[in-house]
Amino acid sequence: MHYVVGVSSYKGTFGEEQATRLLWRAGFGPKPGQAAELAKLGLRGAIHSLTRPASKRLVGPNPRVDGAPLAPRDAWGHDHLWWLDRMVRTEAPLVERMTLIWHDWFATSKAGVPQKLMLRQNALLRRHALGNFERLTLDITKDPAMLLWLNGTSNNVWDPNENYARELQELFCLGAGRGYTEKDVRQLARALTGFANDWTDSGPTRFRYERKRHDAKAKKIYGKRGKFTWQEGVKLVTRHGKHPEFFARKLWGYFIPSAPSAATVKALAKLYVKSDRDVRPVVEAILAHPDLYAAGRRMVKPPVVQCAGMLRATGRGIDTAAWAWLCEIAGQYLFMPPNVSGWDDSRWLDTATFRARWLMTQHVCDPARLDPEKGATAPMDAGELVKQAVAFWGDPSLSGPVRAGLERYAADTLATADKPWKQTAYPVLAVNTLRMLVATSPDYLTS
Amino acid sequence: MNTCCNEHARASAGLPAIEPGMPEPAGTGLSRRSLLLRSAGLGLAVYGAGKLAKLPVFESGVAHAQAGGPNTVLLNVFLDGGLDSLSVLAPVEDATYQRLRPKLALKDGRPFSEDSRLRWHPSVNALADLHAEGKVSVLPAVGYTGADQSHFTSRHFWEVGALDANLRTGWLGRVLDRVGAADNPLQGVSLDGQLAPSLATARNPVAAIDEPEDFGFWAPGAWGPAMDNAVPAFTNIGRSLLGASDPAIAQAAQAAAFAGTVRDALAPLGKDGKPLYAPAAAYPQSTDAFPKRLSGFAAMLAAGLPIRAASLRAPGTWDTHANQAETMPKNLQLTFDSLLAFQRDLEARGLADRVLTLVWSEFGRRAAENGSGTDHGAAGVGFLIGTRAAGRMIGEFPGVDKLDNQGNLRATSDFRGLYGALCGDWFGVDPAAVLPDARGIGKPVILK
Repeated sequence: MHYVVGVSSYKGTFGEEQATRLLWRAGFGPKPGQAAELAKLGLRGAIHSLTRPASKRLVGPNPRVDGAPLAPRDAWGHDHLWWLDRMVRTEAPLVERMTLIWHDWFATSKAGVPQKLMLRQNALLRRHALGNFERLTLDITKDPAMLLWLNGTSNNVWDPNENYARELQELFCLGAGRGYTEKDVRQLARALTGFANDWTDSGPTRFRYERKRHDAKAKKIYGKRGKFTWQEGVKLVTRHGKHPEFFARKLWGYFIPSAPSAATVKALAKLYVKSDRDVRPVVEAILAHPDLYAAGRRMVKPPVVQCAGMLRATGRGIDTAAWAWLCEIAGQYLFMPPNVSGWDDSRWLDTATFRARWLMTQHVCDPARLDPEKGATAPMDAGELVKQAVAFWGDPSLSGPVRAGLERYAADTLATADKPWKQTAYPVLAVNTLRMLVATSPDYLTS
Repeated sequence: MNTCCNEHARASAGLPAIEPGMPEPAGTGLSRRSLLLRSAGLGLAVYGAGKLAKLPVFESGVAHAQAGGPNTVLLNVFLDGGLDSLSVLAPVEDATYQRLRPKLALKDGRPFSEDSRLRWHPSVNALADLHAEGKVSVLPAVGYTGADQSHFTSRHFWEVGALDANLRTGWLGRVLDRVGAADNPLQGVSLDGQLAPSLATARNPVAAIDEPEDFGFWAPGAWGPAMDNAVPAFTNIGRSLLGASDPAIAQAAQAAAFAGTVRDALAPLGKDGKPLYAPAAAYPQSTDAFPKRLSGFAAMLAAGLPIRAASLRAPGTWDTHANQAETMPKNLQLTFDSLLAFQRDLEARGLADRVLTLVWSEFGRRAAENGSGTDHGAAGVGFLIGTRAAGRMIGEFPGVDKLDNQGNLRATSDFRGLYGALCGDWFGVDPAAVLPDARGIGKPVILK
């Protein structure tokens, strides 16, 4: 593993708490016992196991909805369930998490693209998950879903369309207004001309490049003149002097909520260029950075991450289609980001999306509910009830205020048990509610 | 849920128009404490029976709203993607326009009474009707100097009310920090299920609602006190962490602290997804939630919820780089037919004088078409709708002969001037305290 000049790495204790955070940030949370196992590997070993996974298998029962396998190419919402299943069952969580990051980074939506082309793009993103960013960018430029989404096949020598050229610079590689002008947008659009597709009754087909649709005349981009092809156009952007720092900052933001120092950005950018725009070494440096493990720098779990994580924690697979609409109302329906800049990670939680996470939790808890009439028992002891509820989620660590709030709930509820039958029933009912309260607490909604 | 809410909800089901002096709804069997707040000739009915009486926030929210002035409301409707203004009000007889738009130019439409060069797109007849009634102020070329052609930068400027990439609160959020209360999340509501950046406050809480008739909380396998104590429990946990130094914890805490308040306030409007209100006007039927959300919003106002600002995205995408002639007309139709129904709903309920609707988009589109669509432009079109709106054009149509050096429409009004007028004349807030870089930008006359 690289020891990176200029990028500090975490030197503190790497225990279960740190391993848990790493699994949430670089994956979808721990399965029971997984955080303890990861902690044994130490920081570097743990990171290594994520960035160079020994297995990419899916383990556990295949997903089934209403007794039938999923139809991800055809049925509404099954694409979401298909990917969520991978997140739940994968032995290579960072590969799936990076695929999710690229889906957000190169945000494409089935609002304008057939579902089967979205799945084809998803395979492309997974192939490049920890690969090379320049090759990913070249591939996504000619990806049919992207060609439709940002009008790449409407961009031709006769009627240039700026959409992709603008977002390639603004959102994917350089940042708004950083090192390019409106003229560069228009000139780069000309370099990217030439792609085409046909339309049939069943949708778009035959995606291809046609020389006659390409503007072969000279262009001037970033002050350089040339008869740039589409590949040369893309590489002008990925080799632009402003790209490496943009890349480092943006990638950092997916794992750590506070801004990196200027020196850290510089060092990460240098590492990126030195490794020929490979993603893995930069991810490894970020995952080892002390800021990832610092107190007071929690991140709200994205809705699909929390959903997959709760299923992992409780050992459940995809057995209902509900996860699709639950994630949707929580604000993250896969294959349908709100726009080309992806999901807004700074605003996951408000009163409506809090309620959506409550509903999501309700669906996780429902089949496991305890019923005093079917023999479930629990003691008249507030602390013990809280302990049982926290154990349901694999014993996540809780802050003082959250624990105090849970114990107060338990005590208030037990205090109303003024008859013997209530003293038998209420503790059990309280555990059911406490499970809900744990998973919707500020501590569990964040990592 | 407490049974008193159900009785209460039934009492306000299918709420008819509320006019000052109107008799109480017959046959409810409920002694309704109807609190008619009259200001500027407006009636606001507050149903204070049962559960709501136990809600300090609700009462104090209304009290604050009363103290803060005339209980005005702004509905902020965003057309996401950049509406092509030259297709909404089109200079159809202009030869340059026809040359720039060989495929997309409009050929005809109802004349626009304030500028004989322009005609309305046939899909916005609803808006033309409202304009003819004197209820629409048109901004035919609204924007700002040095227009940014990035969706996200330009939209951000409009949302924060300043040309400042780093500002983190919304312009309406800063209004609410001044006219609102620390315990009233309903003062600013996002109606499409996620917090709108325009409403982001620094201090006071705001809320997001997906469907007003569906905001219950239920725990599987719990009933009696174990269930009843659940909402107070997450509310307490949220409150105990409000203002936490970790921003992620603070965000989660705020959502948890106020979700219960929102549930209680919405209880009269419906239960388990079944609305207990009926619209007072006919809304378009659509698979898109937009008309339903507007109808729910009118019912929320009629139920007396202490709302000052609300935000909602219009249906569809307006980023018409391709196939504009196919996608844009149906989105225009649904958007403005729905807004007409909303206006009629407010009028029938006697609420119209309290509400203005602002319709905006992050920019207009390039004057020259690109084949089957149009690329990003500069100045765009905006509308201020309501019975109190002046109904007079703000700025003028600059024509397509004098485009800027990138081939885009020049702005003849600045959105910050419009915001300034809304701050001062609609919310009674000092515009200088809300809009950091609007000094010296003229404020248009927006009210009759």
